[in-house]
Amino acid sequence: MRTITYRQALNEAFDEEIQRDPNVFLIGEEVAEYDGAYKVTQGLWKKHGDKRVVDSPISESGFIGMAVGASMLGLRPVCELMFWSFYTVAWDQIANNAGMVRYMSGGLINCPIVIRGPANGGTNVGATHSHTPENIMATIPGLKVVCPATARDAKGLMKTAIRDNDPVMFMENTMLYGLEGEVPDPADGDFTIPLGVADLKREGVDVSLIAHGRSVLIALEAAEILSAEHGIECDVLDLRSIRPLDEEAILETVAKTSRVVLVDENKPFCGVSAQIAALIQEKAFDDLDAPVQRVCSIDAPAIYSPPVEKEQLPTARRVIDKVLSII
Amino acid sequence: MPVLAESTTDFSKTEINAALTAEQKRHLLRDMIRIREFETGAFEQYQKKKMGGFLHLYIGQEAVAVGSVSLMGDNDHVITAYRDHGHALAVGMGMDECMAELFGKRTGCSKGKGGSMHFFAPDKNYWGGHGIVGGQTPLGLGLAFGLKYKGLKGCSMCFLGDGAVNQGAYHESLNLAGLWDLPVIYVIENNGYSMGTSQKRSSAFNTCLAERAAGYGIIWDVVRNGSDLYEVREVVGRAVERAHAESRPTVLEIATYRYEGHSVADAKHNKQTLQEGYRTKDEIEHYRKNFDPIGNFSEKLIQEGVTTEDEIKEIRKAAVAETRASVTFADQSAFPTAEDLLTDVYSEVDHNTLAGRTGRHFFND
Repeated sequence: MRTITYRQALNEAFDEEIQRDPNVFLIGEEVAEYDGAYKVTQGLWKKHGDKRVVDSPISESGFIGMAVGASMLGLRPVCELMFWSFYTVAWDQIANNAGMVRYMSGGLINCPIVIRGPANGGTNVGATHSHTPENIMATIPGLKVVCPATARDAKGLMKTAIRDNDPVMFMENTMLYGLEGEVPDPADGDFTIPLGVADLKREGVDVSLIAHGRSVLIALEAAEILSAEHGIECDVLDLRSIRPLDEEAILETVAKTSRVVLVDENKPFCGVSAQIAALIQEKAFDDLDAPVQRVCSIDAPAIYSPPVEKEQLPTARRVIDKVLSII
Repeated sequence: MPVLAESTTDFSKTEINAALTAEQKRHLLRDMIRIREFETGAFEQYQKKKMGGFLHLYIGQEAVAVGSVSLMGDNDHVITAYRDHGHALAVGMGMDECMAELFGKRTGCSKGKGGSMHFFAPDKNYWGGHGIVGGQTPLGLGLAFGLKYKGLKGCSMCFLGDGAVNQGAYHESLNLAGLWDLPVIYVIENNGYSMGTSQKRSSAFNTCLAERAAGYGIIWDVVRNGSDLYEVREVVGRAVERAHAESRPTVLEIATYRYEGHSVADAKHNKQTLQEGYRTKDEIEHYRKNFDPIGNFSEKLIQEGVTTEDEIKEIRKAAVAETRASVTFADQSAFPTAEDLLTDVYSEVDHNTLAGRTGRHFFND
C-alpha cells in the first residue's frame, strides 16, 4: 500500500470532500493563500478558489460563529483553528451555538460543522498554545470529538466527520503532521472510517494500554520495549474517537488482560482517561486484577523549557513504570 | 437614555409605506396587538407560576419586530437575542406553540427544551432566540454568508440590544461583514438600558451606537422614533434593498422603549426616584403615553380612514381570546418525559443512522 504523511492524508480528505459536495468549504486563518500555517491545506486554494477555501482574519469567535450560522442553512464548513488552544476565544460559539442549537430548537436545526486543528503539547510554544481540549469538548453533549493518531485514521475519520450531520471537533497534532503511514489509494474507492470505532493497534495478553492521539504512539513504543526487555505483551487500543466512544472495545481488552494503563496527554483532573477509568470500574470491576493506572501530562500549565516539556507529556518510560507496577 | 423623539417626517407617504394596502396596514396593527396581548397573558401566567426561569417582555417595542419582519421576502432571514417572543409571532409562529414553550411543554416550539429565550422556526426563516448577549451576532452573519454562498438574493436581519454592542463577537462580526460584503443588517433595538445600566453608563460613543459601524466601512442609519411603524419600515427597507442589490451590510439603531423590566424579575425598573432604582415610574409613563407603537399606529390608521376604534377593539378582543386559548392549550399539554432529555442532542442518533448507532454517545448509567 502507498505511504503518505498525516498532513497529506488530511489534505486528500479535504480535496475529495470539496469535490464531492458543493456545500463543503474550508475556512480559517492562513488556510488559503498562505497554504496553511502547517501546510495541511496546501494547494487547495489554488485548485478550488476563493469560494471553497476562505482566508479569515484572526477572529475565531467571528468566523467560527459565522460558520455555525452558515451550517444552520445547510453548508458544511470545515473550520481550522491554527491551534486548538484558541478555542477559548470562540468558546461561546462552539459550546452554546454549535453544541446546543439542535437541542434548544427541539431538533429543528442541525449544525453539520467540523472544527479542526492541532491540539498538542511538545513543541515548546508555551502554555497558551499547548492545550489538549478533547476532554473539554467531550463534556458538551451535542459535540463529537475525534483524535486520530495515524495518517490512515486522519483521512478516514476526517471524511466521515465532514459528512456527519452533527458538529465534530477534530483534534490533530503538529508532531504527527510529518509522520508517514499507509493510506488506501483514492483509485481503490472511497475510504472512510466510522466515528465511535476504536482500533486495536497492537495485540498482547498481559496489559491493556488505552490511548488516543499521539499518546497511541507513546503506548506502542512502550509496548515494544516491554516486550523486548520484560516479555510483557500489551494490547494497545486506540480510541480514535472520544465521543462517540467505543465502549465495547474498551471492555473487551480489559476482559482479555485484566490490567489497564491509560495513556492520555490531557492533564489528569477530568482528563479523558478519568472518564475511561470510571467506565472501567463501573462495568469491568470484576475483570480487574489491579487498579487502573494512568499516565497523563504532569498537572501544571505546559512548560516552555524544551527538555522539561518532553518530560511533562506522557513518555514511554512512565508508561513502562506504570505497567511494571501492576504486573 | 434612549433618543426616542417625534418624527418630523410623515413616513406614511414614503414609497414603501404608500404601497401598503388598507388590509396590509390592518394586518400590521393586528400583529402588534397580538404580540402585546400574548405577552400580557404570558406575564399573568408567570405570576401564577406556570413557568420558570426568565421572561423578557417586548412590550413597548412591537413596531420594531413587526415593521422589520413585514419587509421579508422568501430569502430573508431573522435572528435575535433572548427578548424573542415579538419576532417569533411577527414571523408567523403560532401563539399555542409559543405559550406551550414558556410552560415547558412538549407541544412547545422547541418541545419545552429551549424556554422563553430560545424560540425557533427555521421553516419561517426564524433562527432564534439566543440567550447569550451578542452571541447571535456571528450566527446572523453566517446566515448572510450562507445566502451569498448559495447565490441567493436575500438578507439576514440580526437583532441585538443596546447592551450587546460592547461584546467582542459583535465587533468581529462587523469586521467580517464589511470585509466580505455580506448581506446582513444589524438592528440595534436601543431601549436605553442594558438590564439596569443606562446607555450612558455602559457605552462610549460619539453621536449614537450605530455610528461605530463607520469604522468598519459599513453604512449606518437611525430610526429616531421606533414607535412609528412607518419609520421603521422606511429605514429598514432601505437596508434590505442595499443587502439585496449590493450585498452590503448595514447597521441600524432604532430608538425604542420597554415598559417592563429587563426580565419580569427586575425589581429596580419602576421606582419613584432614581435613588431607588435605575428608572422611574414617571419615565415609563412618559413613553407609554407618548411613544406607544400600538397607540401611535392605531391613531394613524384611524386618521387615514383605514380602520376604526371599534374595529381595533375587535382586533384586541380576538388577540385576547387567542392568548387565552393558547394558555389553555399550554395548560393541557404534557411535559416532556425523562426520555425526551436524550433526544435532539445528536441528529445521527435521532435518525438512527449507522453513525448514530455506532459507539456510545451518552454517558449515563
